[in-house]
Amino acid sequence: MATQNDLQSLEGVKEGYQYDFRDDVTPVFKAKKGLNHEVVDQISSIKNEPEWMRQFRHESLDIFFSKPMPTWGPDLSAIDFDDIYYYLRPTEKQEKSWDDVPDNIKNTFDRLGIPEAERKYLAGLGAQYESEMVYHSLHEQWEDMGIIFLGMDDGLQQHEDIVREYFSTIVPAADNKFAALNGAFWSGGSFVYIPKGVQVDIPLQAYFRINTENMGQFERTMIIVEEGASVHYVEGCTAPVYSSTSLHSGVIEIIVKKNARCRYTTIQNWSTDVYNLVTQRSIVEEGASMEWVDGNLGSTVTMKYPSVYMMGPGAHGEVLSMAFAGHNQHQDTGGKVIHAAPYTSSKIVSKSISKDGGRASYRGLLKVAKGAHHSKSNVVCDALLLDEESRSDTYPYIEIEEDEVSVGHEASVSKIGEEQLFYLMSRGISEDEAAAMIVGGFIEPLVKELPMEYAVELNRLIQLQMEGSIG
Amino acid sequence: MSVLEIRNLHAGVEGAKILKGVNLTLRSGEIHALMGPNGSGKSTLGYVIAGHPHYQVYDGDILLDGESILDMEADERTKAGIFLAFQYPVAVPGVSVANFLRTAVSNVRGYTDRARENGNNGTIGSNLMPMREFRRELNAKMKEFNVDPSFARRYLNDGFSGGEKKRTEVLQMAMLEPKFAILDESDSGLDIDALRVVADGINKLATPDRGFLLITHYQRILNYVKPDYVSIFYNGRVVQTGGPEVAHMLEERGYGWVEEEFGAEAQPA
Repeated sequence: MATQNDLQSLEGVKEGYQYDFRDDVTPVFKAKKGLNHEVVDQISSIKNEPEWMRQFRHESLDIFFSKPMPTWGPDLSAIDFDDIYYYLRPTEKQEKSWDDVPDNIKNTFDRLGIPEAERKYLAGLGAQYESEMVYHSLHEQWEDMGIIFLGMDDGLQQHEDIVREYFSTIVPAADNKFAALNGAFWSGGSFVYIPKGVQVDIPLQAYFRINTENMGQFERTMIIVEEGASVHYVEGCTAPVYSSTSLHSGVIEIIVKKNARCRYTTIQNWSTDVYNLVTQRSIVEEGASMEWVDGNLGSTVTMKYPSVYMMGPGAHGEVLSMAFAGHNQHQDTGGKVIHAAPYTSSKIVSKSISKDGGRASYRGLLKVAKGAHHSKSNVVCDALLLDEESRSDTYPYIEIEEDEVSVGHEASVSKIGEEQLFYLMSRGISEDEAAAMIVGGFIEPLVKELPMEYAVELNRLIQLQMEGSIG
Repeated sequence: MSVLEIRNLHAGVEGAKILKGVNLTLRSGEIHALMGPNGSGKSTLGYVIAGHPHYQVYDGDILLDGESILDMEADERTKAGIFLAFQYPVAVPGVSVANFLRTAVSNVRGYTDRARENGNNGTIGSNLMPMREFRRELNAKMKEFNVDPSFARRYLNDGFSGGEKKRTEVLQMAMLEPKFAILDESDSGLDIDALRVVADGINKLATPDRGFLLITHYQRILNYVKPDYVSIFYNGRVVQTGGPEVAHMLEERGYGWVEEEFGAEAQPA
């Protein structure tokens, strides 16, 4: 685990959004812009999908058309659904070796440091470019233990029985308008299966890259953790900066079986013209544990509330959410914990930072269903405002249908204090460095939960966001 | 040998005058006690010397070895050798004492600036004092100044007792090695044991190359730290300076007579 020790020394890197580079990649197939059943058919045919999936896509699109845009939360009116590419196939097939990935795409991931990270500290890696996974590989030792780690499309081809059993059972297409959109156009994402009792002690990672302007990326990830098994799945994402919007709308479904454990970590760093509207949900069985670690630094609008449904006695759920909202950003994030069985426990910790007019909202649901007696939950949301123009809101929803429960909720909003700044400066620390230190300390409880490499990355991103932010 | 000279200093906040013509000279190797009743502006003097942005200087000057420090930011003043031990040290949750101190020491000792000049500040740790060297020094000083080693990992002043905060201030002073230390009521709120530890720390740091301004309301700490000079501060200025006998006189007579003697003429016209 990382400590402040490892992190705190990262100040002074002078760069802007460093992922703002574009590559000249000619896709092998580009569906025409806009929303229609014809594109759905094209996608399904290219992917050579079973009929039930084709039907699912068409039904999903109809659901999308029938649902109104959400009237709560951030402003989504700038999304022009007719001006988006819903499917863009960058290569003919997914590779297991970087040598076989086309050079210009491989270069992108090299610049992002992904293959290097894979060699150093990952059990497996998937890399998605536009609509498709272009690379997916699992180290042999894990493969030998029966772990399946594939692109979702390959997962469907090779393990149709498993996929069909769980697909859209956790996040149905009708769940929300963007889950329906994903249902119609989904492509890419990961299929992860951890057999009974297998403990994967180093992370699996997926990396998502959008390169094209007006792109819609709709990855679909399914993770099944069998009894007593454990896994940590990490995802990162970036895109170049364009003047018009792109849309990223993923759906993540996770099942954590009896006494199993799953942790899902996101470091979201989309460029600030991406709408990031993601549905992440998990079902947790008896004695099992699910943890969402969600770091949102990029995008113009993010709406994301990872949720945990505790279905068996003694299940545990956690959501650790960190949002950084800068200029022209609205991070509407939080989490949902649903106690549907007795003796379940949960925790939501949300930390948000707003600066330069950015807006961070915590939106969360804590529900204890009838019968979920002796459940415990604690929700803590802290917001830090760096200037007068920025904004923070809290929308906590609490529904308790059982008496014998223990529930705590704390919320705080603080401003970066003149006294704290002066105190640190009076010890020889410059104003920028002092402000970054205070912000670093503010999110420390969350950062220390991350593996070292991601903690360093997260702190570095925050240092970048903090450059010249005070005074 | 260094000199910190406060010359006819007028300062305040939002138009209100708090300091009304302070004259005071500190020299290396000297301990100067500044005593005065509550509300006389003693703490303001400490803040103004340290460069708190909340206060404005209306007139006069503060000179370190002949150079004005008024245009310097607080961090630059600290790098130049001025240290303020706070009456109420501020908590910074999530930042450990060790990391905070390593950053502070690296700034004050020039590691950070040198890395910046060399364009070498992108690599982790390149702008900081080497970890091993820092750790060795911190451990030694924690031992010397009676700070439990576990404090290195604790978050700065977060949940510290009054005594723990004051001891940590002394530890910071020991690590930053200032030319002049201003101690703002470092004795307040301490029981007798904690007071001894703090006083002991000050005595260890009272070397010939360092000057002290000991701001205090009570004579108590002067039983442990022997001042060379004692000044009485009242209504925003120094009204009398003498040797240790002044402190004993204040202990006997209290501050009431100060008001009688200096109250009327100190009223603003």
